[in-house]
Amino acid sequence: MVKDRPILEAKNLRIDRMGVTTLDIPSFKVGEGEILSIIGPNGAGKSTLLMAMCHLFRQFSGIISFKGKEVGRDISPSEYRRHIGLVFQEPLLFNTSVFENVASGLKFRRIDKRNIEKIVMGNLERFGLAPLRNRPARTLSGGEAQRVSLARAFAINPDILFLDEPFSSLDAPTKDNLIYDLEKVIKDSKVTTIFATHERDEALRLSERIVVINNGRMVQDGAPEEVMNYPCNEFVASFMGVETILSGVVLKEEGGILTVSVSGLNIEAVGEAPIDSKVILCIKPEGVFLYPVSIEAQSSARNNFMGEVTRIVSSGFYQKVYLNCGFPLVAYITNASAKSLGVKEGINIRASFKATSIHVIKV
Amino acid sequence: MELILEGVLKAIKMLISLDREVLDITILSIKVSGIATAISVVIGVTTGTLIAINDFPGKKVALSLVNTAMGLPPVVVGLFVTIFLWRNGPFGFLGILYTPYAIIVAQAVIATPIVTGITVAAMQQLPKKLQLQILALGASRFQMAVILIKEAKLSLFAAVMAGFGGVISEIGASIMVGGNIKGYTRVLTTATVMETSKGNFDVAIALSIILFLLAYFINLILTYIQQKESGSR
Repeated sequence: MVKDRPILEAKNLRIDRMGVTTLDIPSFKVGEGEILSIIGPNGAGKSTLLMAMCHLFRQFSGIISFKGKEVGRDISPSEYRRHIGLVFQEPLLFNTSVFENVASGLKFRRIDKRNIEKIVMGNLERFGLAPLRNRPARTLSGGEAQRVSLARAFAINPDILFLDEPFSSLDAPTKDNLIYDLEKVIKDSKVTTIFATHERDEALRLSERIVVINNGRMVQDGAPEEVMNYPCNEFVASFMGVETILSGVVLKEEGGILTVSVSGLNIEAVGEAPIDSKVILCIKPEGVFLYPVSIEAQSSARNNFMGEVTRIVSSGFYQKVYLNCGFPLVAYITNASAKSLGVKEGINIRASFKATSIHVIKV
Repeated sequence: MELILEGVLKAIKMLISLDREVLDITILSIKVSGIATAISVVIGVTTGTLIAINDFPGKKVALSLVNTAMGLPPVVVGLFVTIFLWRNGPFGFLGILYTPYAIIVAQAVIATPIVTGITVAAMQQLPKKLQLQILALGASRFQMAVILIKEAKLSLFAAVMAGFGGVISEIGASIMVGGNIKGYTRVLTTATVMETSKGNFDVAIALSIILFLLAYFINLILTYIQQKESGSR
């Protein structure tokens, strides 16, 4: 996945706390200019991995190399940290003005005053903060404060930017605007970016590579569409938004189409697996279509089932419909469709999905 | 009641007429306790910061020792400072026992743990990730400590107030190591005790009022600065 020579390389990264291994990453490389997301649920070890890569943990074993130089041997941790930028979920601003906050990293590097003024103003402009330059940091809103934190990280012109869930405490519109601006700044500056998040939408929007981690271990590493459409296991499938995950046994294989027995029912899916082998079928909710019982299946979909609506969850713009078709199935439908179909709990409905909408994982 | 009234009136008269002896005692008290507090702030803030930002074996033991020392009885401090400064003691060669310097030493010993303890608590109240953020901005550990002290300065004002309050009002150590020598080591507290024992309640009341006003004004100034800082947040 690393497109260029690695700017950062981690080998045998391991953290044990009270007999429990919280991080175990045998090998991890980040290419220069790459924008990658580390995603996983809360407690998966994303922040721990980030802190270890920033060399901010003392109690870890393994090797971190920056541009081929081993940190701690060829380059000191403090020297290495002068090449990185880090933004946390909390802005962690100092109790001083916006300008002084953005200037802080430059002052640590003893840059002369005239240059500080130029660099800070440039970064304040970048993040739309110039009118706030003299404002005390404590008086800023959450979104403004996080912008200052980002401007502070960019002011030192880092080689690698680490973002540890920087949008988690922001409301939706503020988050959207900030991601939009940040995306532009990252692309303009071509800075290598490592972004930890538990929000897959943020990861899909910002990055060109996604690393999924769980229990401190890397589970999948690939391009966003690859991780999204071809999850390597049940955990990744579930985390990437696959609502229906079914276990089955392959009955036959014909022309690349598998017939899989699930709870005594046959489901056809595109994939490869030996006959009699166990597989997991991942069906995304947006790939399932619903029709009234009275209408014969109209689509060319190979899989058509009758099911009972067991639960409906409204998610604002769409409704999430849970069905019992002899196996559980989840579909997303628009509010308008739900109205025209008269979907309510307890009714029977016809569901169909294509063989190509199913991702098959060999067990 | 009459005794108190007479005492208060005499006190007011002494204050208005700026009695030379009372003035000297007051100035010496401010000097001694001010210097002792300054010393304790330098040592206490440094030690407190070092304890707070470093993980080392025995950190909890060190902290419990600091917390215990915050309540050191002044007479115990007085006893040990006397022993250390005694002619045959380890620091007897300094020859400062029964001088204002001895009082400064004793008061600094009393105030340092107070300032240290409050500094540690203030540092621990800062967000845990702040240290990581500062280091990630490229700061050295010294630069990080300076920033943390700045961030905790409101609480550190409280440390200064507590330290000064502790020493300006203590008596045991001052009398033991200073000796309450007239015109030389007599401070407000030792003078008050002496005048009371002599039955000069009016003078004792006057000295008490000065002591109270002094503590009040110093704390008023520090509180004013603290609140001004707080308002700018």
